[in-house]
Amino acid sequence: MTNPEPMPAPVDSMSAPLAAPPAGTGGAAGALKGISTTVRQTQPAAEPGKVVLEVTALNAYFDTQHAVRNVSIAFREREVTAIIGPSGCGKSTLLRCLNRMHETVPRARVTGRIEFHGQDLYGPGINPIEVRRHIGMVFQRPTPFPTLNIRDNVAAGFRVMKRGRRPGRAEIDRRVEEALRGAALWDEVKDRLRTGAIALSGGQQQRLCIARALANEPSIILLDEPTASLDPLSTQKIEELVYALRKRFTVIIVTHNMQQAARVSDRTAFMLNGELVEIAPTGKLFTAPSDPRTEAYVTGRFG
Amino acid sequence: MIRRKIANVTMLALMWVAAAVVLLPLVLILVHLIREGASSINWDFFTKVQSAPGTTGGGMSNAIVGTLILLLIASAIGLPVGIAAGIYLAENRTARLASIVRFLADVLNGVPSIVTGIFAWQVMVKPVGHFSAWAGGVALGTMMIPLSARTTEEMIRTVPNSLREAALALGYSRWRTSLTIVVRTALPGIVTGALVSLARVAGETAPLLFTALGNIFFSVNPSKVIAALPLNIYSFAISPYDDWHRLAWAASLVLIALVLLISIAARYAVRPKFGKAVD
Repeated sequence: MTNPEPMPAPVDSMSAPLAAPPAGTGGAAGALKGISTTVRQTQPAAEPGKVVLEVTALNAYFDTQHAVRNVSIAFREREVTAIIGPSGCGKSTLLRCLNRMHETVPRARVTGRIEFHGQDLYGPGINPIEVRRHIGMVFQRPTPFPTLNIRDNVAAGFRVMKRGRRPGRAEIDRRVEEALRGAALWDEVKDRLRTGAIALSGGQQQRLCIARALANEPSIILLDEPTASLDPLSTQKIEELVYALRKRFTVIIVTHNMQQAARVSDRTAFMLNGELVEIAPTGKLFTAPSDPRTEAYVTGRFG
Repeated sequence: MIRRKIANVTMLALMWVAAAVVLLPLVLILVHLIREGASSINWDFFTKVQSAPGTTGGGMSNAIVGTLILLLIASAIGLPVGIAAGIYLAENRTARLASIVRFLADVLNGVPSIVTGIFAWQVMVKPVGHFSAWAGGVALGTMMIPLSARTTEEMIRTVPNSLREAALALGYSRWRTSLTIVVRTALPGIVTGALVSLARVAGETAPLLFTALGNIFFSVNPSKVIAALPLNIYSFAISPYDDWHRLAWAASLVLIALVLLISIAARYAVRPKFGKAVD
């Protein structure tokens, strides 16, 4: 089976060390090691990408609780944007507004505009199901479907496609492989695609969930603290994956971990008490923030 | 240190005793049933209908088949309604209608079975003027509705909400999420609940007294009266004949075995393919 779209080199080489330690450590993986420990010096934000998602005056509520307050923020194509902030600052809620997941919680409300390629996601006639297919999401805890095998987990998004649009079996197999390769999981599971997904380790399960989101071929991927329940090694794999994903996708990642934001993102947004305090190129936000509250947070004086 | 160990051993012993006390009635019942009834279980028991009063021999084929037919009718009525209601209750747990339905299900659960029998008599027997297996099935099915609804609700609630969100985030609609992800994940538990309700009504006698009535002949016609194991156990046990008493014991044993068999078969059919869900 051939893969039509060449996968980014770092993805292929990073899964290899587990199988064959000496052969797999290519130059690309070495380069990745470099960025995973220090803040990257190059700033892709110097050449700003096209804005794909523009949030204007967004407010989100749970019942009477005002979780996101008048947030306006733009996300750019093929960039990784990290959202950091202390617990309860509304960063996850903001993320869940972006693919209309917030409204699935009883008594939750949203006001404001979110434009996706210029179209208001909360406008009339917009089907939230279509929104979620275009803007995929991965959660804090791995959520493989326990009744499905690995292959069917990744193909889960195809099951609910309309009959005319649903690809055939061979095409699904091809796209499952592509998604698993994209999530750097293919080499680990290719010989057991028909076994249960919950037999995988936590880190593998999380990459399976990323593959499941990739299979829908979204243009934006939302990651809600994707490594919060993982061990350091699995966390590193996910971080390398996030870095690789930006070649094809726009990634927005919510994280508690400032080092993680520094390692994986191009731009970082800092939220506090439901408000967006600051968004800046990652290097700048961590080294020369313009708001004193950001500085207090990133230097560890609170949160 | 010593005190802690003594307390530990004492508490452990108490727990063992408590567990034994819980199991004791079950063990006693089974031992007694086997001792009294096993000798009467033979080929005739399953193939022949009961013999004339006072004569020896005969079996309970009519009652075994009758019970199976009654359970089939009851399941066809009670389980779809009960499980659908359970899914509704679990998926709309805060809705006003849900709390009303939940309350009414609990009330229905507490209705004495003989009252359910009178209800079935009123709607199924009186209008047509004769007893029938249909009426017996309706009575038992009515009892199964609240039982299966509540267990279904409980089982669906054990499915982590994160699974529901994962499906929604993939572009599943709400009902697709409910049926193909949530209910499918909870299915082994739902089936167990359905079987518990089936086992519970399999031994009901009171609702059958004036609905299915009982039949000394072999019949599979649901529009006619039909025999049932609990009814036969009752009438044989109060008879003055020793041979019938033995048959009543044997019928009790078969009734329990039947319930056990259905449970094992169905649990095997829907066992989790890949093991239990984590989280």
